[in-house]
Amino acid sequence: MTLAQQLPALAVAVPLITAPLAAAAMVFHRRHVAWLVAATASIASLAIAIALAAGVDPVHGVSYEVGSWPAPYGIELRVTSFSALLLMIISGASALALLAGKASLDAEVTMQRRPYFYAAWLLAVGGMSGIVVSGDAFNIFVFMEVSSLATYILIAGGRDPRALTAVFKYLIMGTLGATFYLIGVGLIYMMTGTLNFADMEARIVDVANLKPILAAVGFITIGLALKAGVFPLHVWLPNAYAWSPHVVTTFIAACSTKVSLYVLLRFDFLVFHGSLAGHDLQFSGFLMPLAVLAILVASGVAIAEGHVKRLLAYSSVAQIGYIVLGASLLTANGLTAAIVHFFNHALAKGGMFLAVACIALRARSLRLDDLAGIGRLMPWTTAALVVAALSLIGIPGTAGFISKWYLVVAALDEGATGIALVAVVLLSSLMAVAYVWRIVEAAYFRPPAGPDLAVRDAPAPMLAVLWAVALANIWFGLRPGLPLELSRAAAAALMRQIQ
Amino acid sequence: MEVLGHYNYWVFAFLLTIGLYAVIAKPNLVKKLLGLSIFQAAVFLLYISMAKVEGGTAPIIQGGAGEQVYSNPLPHVLILTAIVVGISTVALGLAIVVRIREEYGTIEEDEIQAQDRDR
Repeated sequence: MTLAQQLPALAVAVPLITAPLAAAAMVFHRRHVAWLVAATASIASLAIAIALAAGVDPVHGVSYEVGSWPAPYGIELRVTSFSALLLMIISGASALALLAGKASLDAEVTMQRRPYFYAAWLLAVGGMSGIVVSGDAFNIFVFMEVSSLATYILIAGGRDPRALTAVFKYLIMGTLGATFYLIGVGLIYMMTGTLNFADMEARIVDVANLKPILAAVGFITIGLALKAGVFPLHVWLPNAYAWSPHVVTTFIAACSTKVSLYVLLRFDFLVFHGSLAGHDLQFSGFLMPLAVLAILVASGVAIAEGHVKRLLAYSSVAQIGYIVLGASLLTANGLTAAIVHFFNHALAKGGMFLAVACIALRARSLRLDDLAGIGRLMPWTTAALVVAALSLIGIPGTAGFISKWYLVVAALDEGATGIALVAVVLLSSLMAVAYVWRIVEAAYFRPPAGPDLAVRDAPAPMLAVLWAVALANIWFGLRPGLPLELSRAAAAALMRQIQ
Repeated sequence: MEVLGHYNYWVFAFLLTIGLYAVIAKPNLVKKLLGLSIFQAAVFLLYISMAKVEGGTAPIIQGGAGEQVYSNPLPHVLILTAIVVGISTVALGLAIVVRIREEYGTIEEDEIQAQDRDR
């Protein structure tokens, strides 16, 4: 076997193998070793993800038999366009956050915790990568727990004691979600005797008594929606994002909920839509109202929120709503909008949280009142924040516009419901303008509070990565290229089971 | 008979509900974690029950024993993994409770929330 054929396994193995190396860095008594290991491994993962994304077969994907045991008996890794896109998001977010965030993490994570912190970071990357490449339902559960446990450690790794209560809540709800998923997988295994996705779909058709399968659909959908922060199961999300170390927020806001959404879409579209009559309409009838509520309610709460990170966290809940809304339209365009929004939202929100991490180095607190005049003290950081925010709103010429455009086009195919959905999207975009304006107003139109007027912008590495992300928001808005191609292919693959 | 024959699954549902109730209703964080543990144990029982084959023995192939009926070993292996996951989750949860106790001086949810509001 050549190296290229081993890439699906390496995407998981590289972060998992390097994690203990980062922890072992404690014996060196040097400050940078653990960070260096984590950053190098993340960049290697990103290279693997890009190689996979460039070479993936849009129809069948790439299949890999772990230990050469053939599917459905062995564990199958399957890299499709969808999973390649998510691999790029996960490893890209990790690499950029680590490259940019050293100064911020040094300030927030104490010295003796750092080796373990970076080990947990790599475990989170490895776990999430495992979820998106695995073709085995139980294997996904194990990777889900690996990444979740590591994420809890990351969130509680900083100094803010409020992170502890936030992470306890997240741990309880995350475990409930994962256990619900486990029950669902168990019920399916009971009726079909398989854990392999492709095999499962073929065998559910032959099941005589569908009741356990229908219960499994419920357990799996609710469990994954809980982990993905789908409204109204998002209550763990705002505090977990708000009180975690700022760079950790950048990383998890870009990818962690999206990984669960990926499993949800994969299960519903590839396994259930083809094998259960009428499931597509139930899926859409259940999730579309929740998506609309998520978009409107969470945007409304964001407008009223006084803390920048909580404001952006509620905005994330609304953006998850966009993804679910696109998927619940059950058309190729709708799914393309949903899947390309995985990428575009990661760019926009990751950029905004990174800018917030820069601001946190200088500002007294992240309450909007304490950010008065920060645009004059940190001109470059604030300008990048605004560029990413424009992308979040969906201004033409930015990445966010691409996903909203596809969403509106997809909605217009739906007749009267579609018009109402377009109205929802437009209204929520205006609400996004309103909550972003509150940040802009505080940053540019209020005089700085203290007497200290010297310009003290963020450290150069942070600024460089921040601007790279901000410019990427514009680049992918003008030339959507690879992410859009992958999303189209992924949407076409998911749609094959419908009709 | 149908109902009694499935008593394993009734115990599963019963434990699941008890666990979920404790997680939601108990304000004490350690009791919440115990509830979570019961909730997960219920799922272990679900998997173990489905592996049982009537008259089946332990799935070990013995030379000269002739044709035998075995229980399905796969769910046992799966649930061994899930038990490890459950232990890690509860251990991490307890570690967080210890840290919460250090920072807040209490492990009662309402008292912690009252302190958080003052921050």
